[in-house]
Amino acid sequence: MNISNEEYGELTKRRSHNSKLCKTVPMAFLIGGLICTLGEALLNLYGMAGLNKDDAGALTSITLVFLSILFTGLEWYDRIAQHAGAGTLVPITGFANAVASPALDFKSEGFVLGLGAKMFVIAGPVIVYGISASVVYGIIYYIVGLFTK
Amino acid sequence: MCFRKPSVIAYAAVVGKAENEGPYGGEFDEVVEDNKAGSDTWEQAESLFQQRAVKHVLRKSGLEPDRIDLMIAGDLLNQCVGSSYGLKDYFIPYLGIYGACSTFAEGLLLSAALVNAGYIDTAIASTSSHFSTAERQFRFPLNYGGVRTPTAQWTATAAGAALVGFSGKPPFIRAATVGKIEDMGITDLNNMGAAMAGAAYDTLTRHMKHRGTHPQDYDVIITGDLGQVGSDLLYDLFQRDGVSLKEHHKDCGLMIYDRATQDVHAGGSGCGCSASMMCGHFFKRIQSGELKRVLYCATGALMSPTVVQQGGSIPGIAHCVEISSEAGG
Repeated sequence: MNISNEEYGELTKRRSHNSKLCKTVPMAFLIGGLICTLGEALLNLYGMAGLNKDDAGALTSITLVFLSILFTGLEWYDRIAQHAGAGTLVPITGFANAVASPALDFKSEGFVLGLGAKMFVIAGPVIVYGISASVVYGIIYYIVGLFTK
Repeated sequence: MCFRKPSVIAYAAVVGKAENEGPYGGEFDEVVEDNKAGSDTWEQAESLFQQRAVKHVLRKSGLEPDRIDLMIAGDLLNQCVGSSYGLKDYFIPYLGIYGACSTFAEGLLLSAALVNAGYIDTAIASTSSHFSTAERQFRFPLNYGGVRTPTAQWTATAAGAALVGFSGKPPFIRAATVGKIEDMGITDLNNMGAAMAGAAYDTLTRHMKHRGTHPQDYDVIITGDLGQVGSDLLYDLFQRDGVSLKEHHKDCGLMIYDRATQDVHAGGSGCGCSASMMCGHFFKRIQSGELKRVLYCATGALMSPTVVQQGGSIPGIAHCVEISSEAGG
């Protein structure tokens, strides 16, 4: 080849267009915002039904997770996500989709080695590093607490 | 290498619903509306696509499977299961090949070489790809809500098969060039076009140099599935040599779908993309003489998700086959 990889990399960068932020960011804001508004509405609804704040919050999360998994199973979630981008990825619904979609996909390899083993193939790292970070935070919180008493 | 005798005796393409809704819908031998093709798994469905393509080739040639000397096939799946499971019931001597999306050109090239040398009389080159099996193996689960980048390509759900032998009738396979592995240092697995364009440039350049031809000597130069990014890069690479390729070039990845209405980002890809476009669209036009001399250069990204995760780059390869409505070397 009469071109170096560096030079080719430059050409590639020039020819590879990024997402159109002017379109994707407002869509993410709109659909992500709608999901959060739905969450707020559910929270108020459960509150009005007589649940205390903690229970209403937990039930709101459960409802959103259920809806996300239902939409994933109906093959609607990924279609909405193609337009929503981070709007469907960031809320709790995105996490539920990340667990439900491999579970559905790898069911064909059996319930143990397929569904069971592959279910956390996307969400697994989030859980691992999320829990690790919380442990580190807990230790720092404890140490800081010792000196500020 | 140059050939004197072989031609494509029969060819067939089987595609999915989305591929038939593209600009060349209606040109394929069979459309399987249900992408799962009534199977339990996506892998079985892909095998069925390839089985159907070969079945159409046998029907069109009027030959029974025991009259076929060899079958050369491959696909994108681990262990090439699309081919081996799809073709096992034909009981035809089988050679499995892997050239990623360049597989069909590789199969045609090997078939033509073996037929031309006189080792065999007939060989079927066959390949398939399926959007759902490829996504599962190389990227994310099907219903995962991750967004593809604009440079990503859409694996075609399609299969193509062609029977090579002596018939004295067009399309004739007149020459071929085996590709070199070209590693351009691309590490983005959502930019296959960029990983393959260098290989396409190298193979096409060597082929035309060897044949003493120029782009304008061909009615069309067809690349496999470079998509928009890869095609643009190919033009850039030829432009550096002062050669303008754009007006002589078509890319199957840019042809198979309507990019304005079908959400396929940079275009189609997969072994079945160029195989179905050749077997559904181009071979007929070469056979009728509408196209007299054609270069078919199928491109493959030799991508391993494991190696990419380890920080490795994605080598590309491209094999080129010259097909003509007239015989001769």
